Amino acid sequence: MIIKVLGSGCRNCERLEQHTREALTALNLAGTIEKVTDVGEIAGYGVMRTPGLVVDEQLVVSGRVPSAVEIAELLGTAS
Amino acid sequence: MTLVEAVPTTRRGMAAALVGGFAAWILLYWVNEWVWDWFFYELLAMPIEASATQSLHFFCYDTVKITLLLVGIIFVVTVLRSFMSVERTRALLGGKREGAGNVMAACLGVITPFCSCSAVPAFIGFVAAGVPVGVTLSFLIASPLANEIAIGLLWTLFGWRIAALYVVAALSIAIVAGWVLGRLGVQRWVEPFVFETRLGGQVIDPSAGLSFDQRIAMGIEEVGTILRKIWPYLMVGIGVGAVIHGWVPTDFFTTYANSDNPFGVFVAVVMGVPLYSNAAGIMPLVEVLYDKGLPMGTVLAFMMSVVALSLPELVLLRRVLKPQLLATFVAVVASGIVAVGYLFNVVLA
Repeated sequence: MIIKVLGSGCRNCERLEQHTREALTALNLAGTIEKVTDVGEIAGYGVMRTPGLVVDEQLVVSGRVPSAVEIAELLGTAS
Repeated sequence: MTLVEAVPTTRRGMAAALVGGFAAWILLYWVNEWVWDWFFYELLAMPIEASATQSLHFFCYDTVKITLLLVGIIFVVTVLRSFMSVERTRALLGGKREGAGNVMAACLGVITPFCSCSAVPAFIGFVAAGVPVGVTLSFLIASPLANEIAIGLLWTLFGWRIAALYVVAALSIAIVAGWVLGRLGVQRWVEPFVFETRLGGQVIDPSAGLSFDQRIAMGIEEVGTILRKIWPYLMVGIGVGAVIHGWVPTDFFTTYANSDNPFGVFVAVVMGVPLYSNAAGIMPLVEVLYDKGLPMGTVLAFMMSVVALSLPELVLLRRVLKPQLLATFVAVVASGIVAVGYLFNVVLA
């Protein structure tokens, strides 16, 4: 599972990444987390308010930081 | 973060926490001045008239007051705004012509949850979806200028008339500046890759399908996030405000920069552009400058130029806008602010 955290390094992006790691650990899933900081690429995924979360090239979260529990549910359905 | 983990998960717990928080807020706001009066004048027995006492009292009192106001305003506005999103705004603006589009973009800029750190992806997202560049700029100008913190603080500190006047002025600047920039044909100064960006994937609307509890939790989180981000600016603003409050003689500005002074507003705007702060950080200064006799139009123009035009945001926007456009953008917006400042000084005199 390839997970991308979209955001140019603001605090919300760090929190989203942290919540995602927690969710991966909780689900016992192996996934690689990549950071996407290039604005052109971020916009290309359709995100207009950072942060965003992309799982296997599918945008699943945009413009907010869900809790680790919510991300775990999202990852659960995606895998 | 402890704050977030402390959010109760049950309905009843949530309601109790909200009511408790509200009561604590009222109590703190109510005793704030009284506590500091007692602390400095009674406990420390400092002379009331001394500049140092006045400065320290102002600093402590204002820090508590502005922090409380921010907590309340950010929480309420975040919960209300969780029903709105940039995606929804873009859908509403799609297919709008210039003119009506500028008006709508500016109004939506007030109610859409937005942070200037997302100015670039939003710009690309709007333009790539066919929203005219001038209309997009109206949105990007209105959003920081007529922001909820500025409006909420102005309302509580100066009353609703000044707040309403400020909103009307901010919207007018955003509408006119965006329209003028569109007429000037600034599209040619947008980096070409913006028009070539293909928007992939499905659109996720962050405002949809959230439970009430989630919206409340977002509000609490946002309070923490914003306070952590802006506190250095707030401290600097209150610190400078405290020094002016204590040491600058009353009516100083009435003598040197009254509303008859033709350069007052102009100088205020020129000084405000390179200064970088946010609405919350600038508010203690606004309060104190007005107290010392600076006319309201000049004060608001200063505030607008600090909030609307900031170097870090221009650096971010440089990624999508060429230097010619940035320069035109600054010139048009600054002219609008100067005009509004003079108008206010005439109207409010």
